[in-house]
Amino acid sequence: MKSKSNGKDFCVFALPGLFCFLAVVIAPFLYGVYLTLTDWNGVSSTKNFVGLRNFGEVIRDAQFWSSLLLTFRYVIFVVVIVNVLAFGIAYLLTRGIKGQNFFRAGFFTPNLIGGIVLGYIWQFVFSRVFVSIGDATGWSLFEASWLSDPGKAFAALVLVSVWQLSGYMILIYVAGFMGLSEDVMEAASIDGAVGLIKLKNIIMPLMMSSITICLFLTLSRAFMVYDVNLSLTGGAPYGTTEMAAMHVYEKAFTSREFGVGQAEALVLFIITACISGVQVYLTKKKEVEA
Amino acid sequence: MAQTAVGGNKKKAVNFLSMTGLLVIFAAYMFPFLMVVINSLKQKRDIIKSPFSWLFTIKGLSFDNFVKAFTQMDFLNAFKNSLIVTVSATVLVTLLSSMLAYYIVRHKNPVSKISFALMVASMIIPFQAIMIPLVSIYGGTLNVLNHRITLIFMHTGFSMAMSVFMFHGFINGNIPIALEEAAYIDGCTHTQTFFGIVFPLLKPIISTMVILNALAFWNDFLLPSLVLTDKKLLTLPLSTYSFYGTYSADYGTIMAGLLLCVVPILALYVVLQKQIVNGVVAGAVK
Repeated sequence: MKSKSNGKDFCVFALPGLFCFLAVVIAPFLYGVYLTLTDWNGVSSTKNFVGLRNFGEVIRDAQFWSSLLLTFRYVIFVVVIVNVLAFGIAYLLTRGIKGQNFFRAGFFTPNLIGGIVLGYIWQFVFSRVFVSIGDATGWSLFEASWLSDPGKAFAALVLVSVWQLSGYMILIYVAGFMGLSEDVMEAASIDGAVGLIKLKNIIMPLMMSSITICLFLTLSRAFMVYDVNLSLTGGAPYGTTEMAAMHVYEKAFTSREFGVGQAEALVLFIITACISGVQVYLTKKKEVEA
Repeated sequence: MAQTAVGGNKKKAVNFLSMTGLLVIFAAYMFPFLMVVINSLKQKRDIIKSPFSWLFTIKGLSFDNFVKAFTQMDFLNAFKNSLIVTVSATVLVTLLSSMLAYYIVRHKNPVSKISFALMVASMIIPFQAIMIPLVSIYGGTLNVLNHRITLIFMHTGFSMAMSVFMFHGFINGNIPIALEEAAYIDGCTHTQTFFGIVFPLLKPIISTMVILNALAFWNDFLLPSLVLTDKKLLTLPLSTYSFYGTYSADYGTIMAGLLLCVVPILALYVVLQKQIVNGVVAGAVK
């Protein structure tokens, strides 16, 4: 009886959800691994088995490696700035300031809006507003649009991403700060721990679980940046701000090299997974219980 | 006595400083939004001349841009498409993932263990590693792209793992099995027990997941851009993208269009602010 109802239960409760998951995530993932071994162009009906040749193409694709290098630079800047800024703002917000909820909600606002719209908003700010500030004040920083200079366009991307992501991390850090036990903080103050010493020896270790989450979230989001990249710079000027995710997209859907594109996507995935894994392992080791 | 007064003053000063600092940072955060609002009400000439100027220095504000953007973006249609996709996918994923998670928690057989492990592992796969084969399977072999239902199905599939993970944790920790046993003794079937007893108890985690999923679906660009190309089916982010491509020099209209996209979410945010903030925190900290 039990096993009979078990089978029916499985069909009613588990099967529909499981089917969606397998059909949309697992099947394409496995098929993707197979695709990397073929020379399919996305249209033709024949796929030839080419072994590992696509991975050889990946190694020779200089553009891919430069986009990956750029992504690394971008990830480092974004992860560091977002977390330092969010940690600092969250610290200020949890010191009994008036209107804490208002600030928290306000800082989170950019997160509610899709990357495409955000990118366009900032494109206007960089190409019109800043330039007009430059005209009015004569500051050379704003003389020409940031988006037409490779270095400054990169800085613009970092700035917009920091602006977008930090609100989310502020929420998590605020939750972390609010979870700190009053007793421990008081005991630390009585023992004479103040300022930076308190921050380094008492607060940081206790905040480590929030830091683990925030680092993980910023890392994985920054590595996969696409929307903002597309709408803010579109890779311009001259493809100098094309990040890895965008390069993969272009390779597959514009150059019609599905096999190579998928191989590059897999390489990107493995790199991201390894880096996030190492990060979670390292920061989790430092977590302590109050 | 004197010492406490000094301490109080110092504290006040520190508080004042941090408040000022916060306000400055906050103003910088809001600056782009302010620019969009101001310029959406101006004529193109005035925008190019001085995007920074305040409204009262300009001849007059006009809502022409909004009318133009509203019609040229086919705003109502895109809004309707986004709404249909977001609502259906959110309902679907909430139902299916809570049922699947319930099954996994209550049936400790190899199938449920393997599926759960597979789902947890799959959460690290980024969308970009799947999109190419996804398009070739659903666009080539099955040829079902360009249907709203395909997008809804894919949204559901992609958020399944995360949702099951969250429901699994909640059911494991908060739903006592004794309740269900009592229901069985009273003659309830499994389906009745789940929808009558368990599902209502999941309310806190349901609201978290609805918020997280609905936000993600509403704002998603990459997946819909791969699935939908028919102009009549475009969701808001997609129609913004094509609108921007066509009118990129017409700043006033663009700003009005961007504002139109942002306003629905912001309106909802003002109403549901507390739930959204709490939902997002709960979703991340789990």
